[in-house]
Amino acid sequence: MALQSRILTLMTLSFHIIYATIGVGVPLMIMIAQWVGIRKNDEHYILLARRWARGFVITVAVGVVTGTAIGLQLSLLWPNFMQMAGNVIALPLFMEVFAFFFEAIFLGIYLYTWDRFEDQRKHFLLLVPVALGAAASSVFITIVNSFMNAPQGFDVLNGELVNVSPLLAMFSPAVPTKVAHVLSTAFMTSAFVLASIAAFRLLRGSNHIYHKKALFLTMKLALIFSVATAIIGDFSGKYLAEYQPEKLAAAEWHFETGSEAELVLFGVLDGEEPKYAIRVPYALSILAHGVPSGEVIGLNDFPEDEIPPLWIHYLFDTMVTLGMWLAFFSFVYVVGAWRGWSIVTKQWFRWLTVLSGPLAMLAIQAGWWFTEVGRQPWILRGYMKTSEGATASGQVDLMIVMFAGLYVILGIGTVVVLSRMYKRNPVEKELAQRESAKGGEE
Amino acid sequence: MTLEIIGISVLWLFLFLYVIVASIDFGAGFFNAYSAFSDKQHILTGIIQRYLSPVWEVTNVFFVFFFVGIIGFFPQTAFYYGTTLLVPASIALILLAVRGSYYAFATYGAKINHRGYIYMYGLSGLLLPAALSPVLAISEGGFMRLEGGQPSLDYWALFTSPLMWSIVVLSIAAVLYISAVFLTWYAWKAGDEKATQLVRKYALVWAGPTIVTATGIIFELRGHNPEHYASLLDLWWMFALSFLLFLGTVFLIWKKRNYGLAFILLVGQFFTAFFAYGASHYPYLLYPHLTIYDSFTNESMAIALIIAFIAGLGLLLPSLYLLFRLFLFDKDYVKGKSDYHA
Repeated sequence: MALQSRILTLMTLSFHIIYATIGVGVPLMIMIAQWVGIRKNDEHYILLARRWARGFVITVAVGVVTGTAIGLQLSLLWPNFMQMAGNVIALPLFMEVFAFFFEAIFLGIYLYTWDRFEDQRKHFLLLVPVALGAAASSVFITIVNSFMNAPQGFDVLNGELVNVSPLLAMFSPAVPTKVAHVLSTAFMTSAFVLASIAAFRLLRGSNHIYHKKALFLTMKLALIFSVATAIIGDFSGKYLAEYQPEKLAAAEWHFETGSEAELVLFGVLDGEEPKYAIRVPYALSILAHGVPSGEVIGLNDFPEDEIPPLWIHYLFDTMVTLGMWLAFFSFVYVVGAWRGWSIVTKQWFRWLTVLSGPLAMLAIQAGWWFTEVGRQPWILRGYMKTSEGATASGQVDLMIVMFAGLYVILGIGTVVVLSRMYKRNPVEKELAQRESAKGGEE
Repeated sequence: MTLEIIGISVLWLFLFLYVIVASIDFGAGFFNAYSAFSDKQHILTGIIQRYLSPVWEVTNVFFVFFFVGIIGFFPQTAFYYGTTLLVPASIALILLAVRGSYYAFATYGAKINHRGYIYMYGLSGLLLPAALSPVLAISEGGFMRLEGGQPSLDYWALFTSPLMWSIVVLSIAAVLYISAVFLTWYAWKAGDEKATQLVRKYALVWAGPTIVTATGIIFELRGHNPEHYASLLDLWWMFALSFLLFLGTVFLIWKKRNYGLAFILLVGQFFTAFFAYGASHYPYLLYPHLTIYDSFTNESMAIALIIAFIAGLGLLLPSLYLLFRLFLFDKDYVKGKSDYHA
């Protein structure tokens, strides 16, 4: 039943990661907007934070649903794995619940206390635990995923787990790069998604300064986190070369161990020979070790049944290409807006901006598919194969159909509700209402 | 006190908290749908939206806490329960999704108050306890087979078992009863006389079925699991105390007095019964395959989890206090005088 379990897990995670990424990244964006608003005493930024928060809560609610689903599905679909892993890596899973608990409580308070405090800064402070809780949740979950990639903190003696050290298991070598990568891409993607929305409003006839402020702010943040992501991505390459060389080798179609390795981009595989590919000399050695002479372990050093599927090459290339493009694009925008280049206000440029949010989300999907498929055939690298971890239940097929239906409905519902909510209450209308309300008070 | 006992007590306590807060949530949704059906809408809708919307995610976390915690403290449960509960737990997840999406789409979002949605949301509140509570019946043993070392659920035995059905009926009756008693208090605090009268009536209606089915289950256990029945009888005094607390709640609601105290007595009633049931189940997590001792995690993980739990509580209790102070105990908020939603 391993195949069905994999399909359902892939489906749930692919859907959940959209909401999880927004859930981790957007609170920081709201925080920054509200802070800028308070500092500059600018009503627009405060309203920006407020309107983002309204949309955010809908994505959080759906994310809670999908998150509960994946949390339970881990035990339902992978009972053998969870029985084993529970002994070693239960601690961060447990801590994640607390982090989420913390976030949920303060999100509730934050949402229902707009304008309740005289001092805006008090309300702003309520957002800090939301952003911290969200980030901490993703850190803990990523720690669990890191453990699956580089398990440690236990010994196996006659099939029994002994000498378990929960802390050692938590801080596996995969943690630093993985956690940093997940956080920075969540911030980056959220910034691009919000930039997309602002650009879309500007294209659709509203020339309000509110949207221009939103666009400039989010693109600046997108640039910062894109650059951070690129730097962390480079470290991730070095981590892989050291601890999971088979994943890197499969992603790069690197068959023979050797130094001065070239980086293969795209192409098709003919036997062991990449065709029609872009080849960058020395680049793989540099990615793996920082120097052109670095020796990169090839697939020939691994038994055939422990090599990940080679199509992860395309996932890796998709992720990296999109990441590079987005960093370049946000750089052009920020410099252009700063230097007053007319290109950044052109229609086609705005459409490219609209595209950047979905592209960033696509990069997230490609990245997670890459890391998960790239760990195959292992569920716990070196200790348990995916097929051994799966449930023996024969009813997973039916569950796949049920959950597919659920995710379609939730996905459509999110889009319909969000667009309807903002359409009914455009920012111009809300600004005018706030103006007249203020006028009445004075 | 052994680590095993500490672990299961913590989990049982959180499950109890989930039962109470989720019952309030589930039942309120059902009453809301019922009043929409019988054209008494608006009496309850406002109260439900003011109370339930800010806290439903918190309610959900209690559930997540329980199932993550039980895998942490007792990893072997993943093997037995994870394999056998695939279908019922997946159905429960879909139902939870209906509720979560109702909050997301109908109360936070575009305020889609389509009737069909309200009914689905209300109905999910009854179906959820029905989907979750059979786990209690399964834990009594006799519904699970081991074939080639792999556990599987005997659906025929389960669905023809009077024990399973009584537990389902009890869970539904209890949900409606707990919810009605809480809402009586909340509506009274909100100063909404009409709503108070309505939910007070519901509380009195559902008190009877709750206590009758609860008693019935004890007697059905005699045939199904004599060992458990014997240890239940050893704790007869706790059930007697629970019954007295039940009488107290019904008396106060009947006399229209002290609704707050009535709710506290109700929590006491369920607390004593829930813990008496849990204690009598000891040491089994699943008759006869799994006890808290043979499924327990290693010592270092157990200690780490307990430390994390204490640290987590240190963070949570003040936060929960703040949440309740702002929404549950704030007079203006409860009465709907202040609306500060983003």
